[in-house]
Amino acid sequence: MEVNQYLEMFIEESKEHLQACSEHLLELEKSPDDLAIVGEIFRSAHTLKGMSATMGFEDLADLTHKMENVLDAIRNEKIHVTPEILDVVFESVDHLEEMVMDIASGGDGKRDVSSTVAQLKRIELGEEAVVVPEVAPAAVESTLHYDGFEQTVITQSSEQGFHAFEISVKLREDCLLKAARVFMVFEILEKDGDVIKASPSVEKLEDEQFDQQFYVAFVTKESAEDMQKKLMKVSEVEEVIVTPINQKAFSEKEFEAQQEVVATATVEEAAVPAKAEPVAKPEKAAAPAKADKNHHAPVGNKTIRVNIERLDILMNLFEELVIDRGRLQSISSEVNHGELNETVERMSRVMGDLQTIILTMRMVPVETVFNRFPKMIRQLSRDLNKKINLEIIGAETELDRTVIDEIGDPLVHLIRNSVDHGIENPTTRRAKGKPEEGTVVLRAYHSGNYVFIEIEDDGAGINRDKVLAKAIAKGVVTQEQSYSMSDKQINELILASGFSTADVISDVSGRGVGLDVVKTTIESLGGNISIESTQDVGSKFSIQLPLTLSIISVMLVEIEKEIYAIPLSSIIETSIIRSSEIMNAHNQKVIDFRGKVVPLVFLEEIFEVPRKEQQDEEFHSVVIVRKGEKLAGLVVDSFIGQQEIVLKSLGNYLTNIFAISGATILGNGKVALIVDCNALIK
Amino acid sequence: MTNAVEQESIKVIVFQLADKEYAIPVSHVQGIEKLMHITRVPKTAKYVKGVINLRGVVTPIVDLRERFELPVSEHEETTRIIIISLEDMEVGFVVDSANDVIDIPASAIEPQPEVVGSLEEEFISGVAKVEKRLLILLHLEKVLNPLK
Repeated sequence: MEVNQYLEMFIEESKEHLQACSEHLLELEKSPDDLAIVGEIFRSAHTLKGMSATMGFEDLADLTHKMENVLDAIRNEKIHVTPEILDVVFESVDHLEEMVMDIASGGDGKRDVSSTVAQLKRIELGEEAVVVPEVAPAAVESTLHYDGFEQTVITQSSEQGFHAFEISVKLREDCLLKAARVFMVFEILEKDGDVIKASPSVEKLEDEQFDQQFYVAFVTKESAEDMQKKLMKVSEVEEVIVTPINQKAFSEKEFEAQQEVVATATVEEAAVPAKAEPVAKPEKAAAPAKADKNHHAPVGNKTIRVNIERLDILMNLFEELVIDRGRLQSISSEVNHGELNETVERMSRVMGDLQTIILTMRMVPVETVFNRFPKMIRQLSRDLNKKINLEIIGAETELDRTVIDEIGDPLVHLIRNSVDHGIENPTTRRAKGKPEEGTVVLRAYHSGNYVFIEIEDDGAGINRDKVLAKAIAKGVVTQEQSYSMSDKQINELILASGFSTADVISDVSGRGVGLDVVKTTIESLGGNISIESTQDVGSKFSIQLPLTLSIISVMLVEIEKEIYAIPLSSIIETSIIRSSEIMNAHNQKVIDFRGKVVPLVFLEEIFEVPRKEQQDEEFHSVVIVRKGEKLAGLVVDSFIGQQEIVLKSLGNYLTNIFAISGATILGNGKVALIVDCNALIK
Repeated sequence: MTNAVEQESIKVIVFQLADKEYAIPVSHVQGIEKLMHITRVPKTAKYVKGVINLRGVVTPIVDLRERFELPVSEHEETTRIIIISLEDMEVGFVVDSANDVIDIPASAIEPQPEVVGSLEEEFISGVAKVEKRLLILLHLEKVLNPLK
């Protein structure tokens, strides 16, 4: 099999499943009795196991399998969730993550996990009086056995007008892709009904651990004949026999089954009434669980992976289309042909919708980065014996995918830093009169053309004197320089290269790289990092990131024949003022705006717009913009209106143009420049 | 033509500017476009005419006549924008016309003549005599970098 082409997909999906595992494990820790959560974890683990086995990563599959056994025991209430067990499971997930990362970076995913495996085994066996019996008897048999739960399902569905069949599928002897055929058979089955049971078990079928034949118990509204024909369509299938299930025989068979697998059956039966929802179905019903996954998967997870380059191409092609639309519109208005006008109008509307979709496609919520932190904080607080509460705010804030990919590592670093150096241990905190539990807040929000990500803690803050002494000792600054430095500047010294405030290099943050790496990464993204800190009160690291390629709302304005875009985020309001309202103050024209003196900026002067004839109008259109607390009034000829635009850079040839932060392409295909209001306000 | 088929030859785009013919290696040329709407960018050098929308990419435009301080002429039907790419930059050059792609044998390229007479000599990497035409090879780095 050509594995490489699936590798990327495999890595992405594995990461997702592992993420899901971590999230649910954290939930489980909070409510250890909720077996539905265990079911979720089990399913992620199970899928991961299948995927890694198919891809040939045996170690990965093996460890997942061991973990799955423990989860299964929990799910079947054979063992009870304890923090110690969770530690081991978390550790396994960590190992799995490392393995996947190794595979992602071109490795073979091998890793020494023997101690974790031993622990998993100990948990699985040690706390379990009865060994979990294999669900389906190991030997393939001709007729299926049904436990109480399965019987109930079959009886109930036949009451609702479903037919219950036992289907025997025999593959041809020369069949090469047995697992693929099984998959195809199941796909057909799942379309028309629900698989109740399979023999051998679905896992075994997926692993090709069967000869030529397998059996499936199936409920459907289709007739036996139809199902038989449909299944025969699968290539390399030799024979399909569909027989109705003899429900009268259940009582006898149940007896038999109970004799065979006493322990399980009792547990299952007891559990049935409580486990009405599909998630918590016992593992015996592995097949229906699989079917359920297809039928009841949360809608939000229906995604498809697309290479980001393709999105770029799509975006550019679309923009070309927008230009042609503009042209078509002007032609149709010239020709003035009824049907043509109508068509162009409809096309424009469709394109409007299309545009929204394409533009939002690249945006990803920061959640994808943030969601790895709860687990990290849990681990850190256990390692460091600190009590830490992580609050995440604004995880839905959307950011361009390219930025998302880069921002993860710097954030990990900063959070580790906050937990390691910021938050004090409980004793110290109590002595300082703080609650024992420290709080780390991770916050994301949009502001203007930027996304801000903040990491705030209520820890010890930065020790100004210590930082300064160290900076001088390390030669980062001189004694003389230090006198004139502001607190902010001193705080930011910890970002200087080759600087580490920790006296002892700890296991957590002292990994040989300092915060300077964080700073470099953020700056390479066109961002900025600043630190606010008060000793004994806490610190706040604030990262400002540009939306490299994103949609922003702007106000389009006109000066002579030129169109400029002013970001809505900077605008307070627009107003029309009379010439007589303009006053002079120190050669600076100002207006009185709601009791505030606001300087006027004539954009035509700043941008040296060529005027055909000097205008002397009585009224001026003014856009009131702000930078922090400061205001300014930008004088333009007229307002065009509000619009959503795509930010574009001016390229590498034109850099640092005064008061222009970028460009955008308008509906008519022309380029409009975006005004950088921050540069216009001193 | 026999000479041109020699191994050591470079393919160039030939364009006209005032009364002279210039050449840029084809490897640096992304495309040739008709003149389209140029958005002026304030506070840039005079020869930067502004930016265009090149299939969704905002591309800066340099008027080569103004860059070489040649007399400015009205844009005509034959005026073209040659999109060139150099390192990580993409820039369009406004030229009087562009209509030829030829192979220049390496042997026909001579170093820049001592005296060409105007500012443009700064931007020349050599000249090539192909049949009866004299082609001036542009030094792209210098054309794009600001003058000292």
